[in-house]
Parts: sequence; structure tokens; C-alpha cells
Amino acid sequence: MLYDIEQIRKEFPILKQTVNGKPLVYLDNAATTQKPDQVINRMVAYYENENSNVHRGVHHLSQLATDAYESARKYIANYIHASDPKEIIFTRGTTESINLIANAFETFVNEGDEIVISSMEHHSNLVPWQQLCVRTGAGLIVIPVNEEGELDTDQFKSALNERTRIVALTHISNVLGTINPVKEITQLAHEMEIPVLIDGAQAMAHIPVDVQDIDCDFYTFSGHKAYAPMGIGALYGKSEWLEKLPPYQFGGEMIESVHFDATTFNDLPYKFEAGTPNVAGALGLEAAIRYIDKHGIENIRKYEDELLAFATSQLNLIEDLQIIGTAAQKTAVISFIVDGVHAYDIGTLLDKMGIAIRTGNHCAQPLVDSYGLTGTIRMSLAMYNTKKEIDIFIDALKKVLGMLR
Amino acid sequence: MTIQEQQKAIIEEFSIFDDWMDKYAYLIELGKELPMIDEKYKTNQYLITGCQSRVWLFAELDDEGKVVFTADSDAVITKGIVSLLIKVLSGHAPKEILDTDLEFLEKIGLKEHLSPTRANGLVSMVKQMQFYARAFQLKSNAKK
Repeated sequence: MLYDIEQIRKEFPILKQTVNGKPLVYLDNAATTQKPDQVINRMVAYYENENSNVHRGVHHLSQLATDAYESARKYIANYIHASDPKEIIFTRGTTESINLIANAFETFVNEGDEIVISSMEHHSNLVPWQQLCVRTGAGLIVIPVNEEGELDTDQFKSALNERTRIVALTHISNVLGTINPVKEITQLAHEMEIPVLIDGAQAMAHIPVDVQDIDCDFYTFSGHKAYAPMGIGALYGKSEWLEKLPPYQFGGEMIESVHFDATTFNDLPYKFEAGTPNVAGALGLEAAIRYIDKHGIENIRKYEDELLAFATSQLNLIEDLQIIGTAAQKTAVISFIVDGVHAYDIGTLLDKMGIAIRTGNHCAQPLVDSYGLTGTIRMSLAMYNTKKEIDIFIDALKKVLGMLR
Repeated sequence: MTIQEQQKAIIEEFSIFDDWMDKYAYLIELGKELPMIDEKYKTNQYLITGCQSRVWLFAELDDEGKVVFTADSDAVITKGIVSLLIKVLSGHAPKEILDTDLEFLEKIGLKEHLSPTRANGLVSMVKQMQFYARAFQLKSNAKK
């Protein structure tokens, strides 16, 4: 299939913008992606034609909204190969999804138990577990990464034992771009009957996701990093796990019947969806995934891999520049540092040239610390970026370094 | 020069730049004129938190009762901005510092650095300078 980059760029209205008089070059996609017309229009259409509260109403609009909301759930379940739509819980995003599980797991975690994560976790897949450990007296076991930014599966294996209650691991590192061997690690954990949560925040827009193939027990992602609106995301959980876990928040849709002395809770997935859900967001998320699917995730991946290879080779030509994260399996995220030049200075001057990148610790402070750094410069690509933009970025970077060195 | 006059002078100096690159190049140059903090104060105690780039700030009162600031940063643009702030505020009485409205940052087109989302800690930097001034003022009032 032809990858029609011109057409794709036209579908993202924000890309037409200029910043400081220069055409916008948006290379901060790991933070959030832009939204295509298809997503924006879907949300507008919802508010123009279907808006109503879901599940409760007997009237026409409520039925429309409910049907749309539930069919979004079904579509998303299907896309990530969940075995049933009820295994998809709509949340505000990855952070809420992980917090939900970390809170619900308090039931199963006792003093002396262990939770295993990796050192490349985003704060959102670190702090909820750390705080669970603080509350329960469990220990947080952190598997380090090597110089290239890869995990050692043997080290993972040796960290697992009968006290391990859960393994929480990112699918793709938001700093290093490393794609972790999540299937292999899930298998290792399952051999010891340990459940696994995969943080898929950086994966959805870039690689195929098949939760049954990975066989993980939980998978989390955010819409806004995959061309969908902010404030919507999902938690996938195997139904046998979700049935077992206690509710996380109370009220609204998640109840079945309420009496002053007791409440019975609704079935999956509603048990975990307290309050009026973000219906427009869910429909936007469906539209975004349909958009990805229309262009084909494998095509997108191939295209982004080409951009990644090109950007990497161009960056490697710059003197004293070091790429942080050189895993064999990685997506279109490049973190780097330049000897003697502060990341913040580079980011500030690049912004003046219309280029959006990110500097700092990227919400993964322990990882950045482990490289002995205070921050990196990170460029992260998406399906709408071009080689020409990388050229502009490289030229601008050279100019900026000329000013700063 | 009073604080007001100093602000005016800086605004004038910057008005000659119509190109952002020249402006930032000048800012980087200004960073080199920064009155350096004594190495012994480059500790966490004098580090301004909440910055992507690190800034250390120290203040003392001279014989005439004026506040003298010294600082350093690991990022050169931040250094330039601190240098400007020190140029304006250093060598003035605590009361003068506290009464000042720092309008020059906006006038020279560096207002964006005041936004808390920039995380370069300029806001914390200004606050810390005012905090020093207030502390010195309270101390001298107590003596009277």
C-alpha cells in the first residue's frame, strides 16, 4: 500500500501552523500526538447529534450515545485482540489505568511481598507501585537496563520468586525508544503464576498490539499519544482478573443496586467505570484507532523506522553528540546529549526556530539519573513527520550548537 | 542608577535587535558577565528548585545595606537571564527590590521565560531574590 504522506499531513490541521514565523516542526510526539480531522470531526459530530448520558436513559438520544460508546469499546477490544469487549475499561489514560490496578492490588499485596518493575519506567508506572509498597510494606524490585538501554531477561527471571505479586513493565521506553520483549517476560512471569501489567502508552501509535499474543494480564494506554483526544485511555484486563479485583471508585454507573446499608456492584466493564464517562473521548479514541488502522500499523511502523534510521544517521554525524538508547529493537524516539551544552539551551533555541522537541528527564527521572545525566534532548516521531522535517531539525540543531559552543 | 533606570537601559539595549538569534547571542554573552557565586555556596542549600537547568543563588548585605547577589547556572541562556536580573536588582536596598515591578523581561521579549511551564525556574528565581530582600529587611528592622 502506498503511504500517502502528503494526504496524511493535510489531515492534521495543526501542522499547517507557523511558530515564531517558521513552519511548525513537531517532534514531541512521545509527549502527545496531534489529532487528525477524522478524530476532531467525530467528537464534534457527537456533540452535535448524539450527546446524551449513556446507559441510563430510555430516550432516543441516550440510546444513540450508548450504542456509540459501546461500539467504540467493541472496536478497541477487537483492535488489540481482547477476547471480549468487557475486558476494556475506559479510563482517563495510562496513569489512571495503572493507578486503578495498583490500588486494586492492595488486596493481594502484603508485607514482605515484592513488585517487580524496570528502571526504564515512566513515573506513571513507578510511583503507583512505589506507593503501594509504602502502604503495604512490600518491596519494589527494579531491574536495571544495560548501556544500550535494553533489559536483561535473565536478570528479570532471577528477580521473580514466590513473593512476587505483579510485574509491571513498559512496552516501549518513552526516553530510550526501546521495545521490550514483553511476550517473553510475560511468559517467564506466568511460569511462576505472577500476573503482568504492560504499560502500552508509547506503543499504540507505533507498533501492532495484540494482548492475547503477549498474554499479559493487564495492558494500559492513553488515547492522546495515539492521535486521540486527551483525557481518554483504556485499561485492558483479562476478565478473570478484573472479576477478582475490587472496584476502584464508587458511584454512578458502577453500581447495580444501592441501599443505605449496602451496595451491589455492576458487572464488567461498568464495575470500574464510576461516574459519567468521557463518551466523546471514547468515540474520538475509536476514530483515532480507525485512522491508524486505515493507514495500517505495519505501514506506519515501516515508515517511522525509515525516519528513525535517517534521523539517527544524521545525528551521529554531529560532533560530541551522543544518542542515549541504542537498543536493537526501538521505535521512533531519540534521546541525546551534546557534550558541554545544556539540553535546556538547545530546546529553547530550537523552539525559536519553530521546532518542538522536549528536554529534561521526560518523567523518568530515575532512568535519566542512572545514565548520570540531569536531562536529555528528545525528538520523537509520528506517522506525519517527514525526512524534510528531520533535515530542518538537523540544520537548526547545527545552528544552535554553533551559538552555544 | 536606580532599578527603574537600569530596567530602562536594558530595554533600550535590547531594542536594537530585530532578530531573535542576535538577541539570544547577546543573552549568552551577558551570561559570561554574571557575578559568580562563591564555589562553596554551590550546594543544594542555594539551589533553586523546580528548574530544568540548575541555578544557584546567593545574597549578602554590603556595608551600605545594599543587597549583593551572586549566582551561577549550568545552562547559558538561564545564566544570561540571571545575569540580567542581577544587573537590575543587585546593589539596591531591600525595600527598593521589594517595591520593584520587573517589567523589563516582558518588554525585551523574554516574557515566555516567566511562564511556569518553561520550568527554567525564572519565577522561582525572582521569588528567591525577593525572599532574600525581605529577610534582610526584617533583620534590619529588628535591629532598629
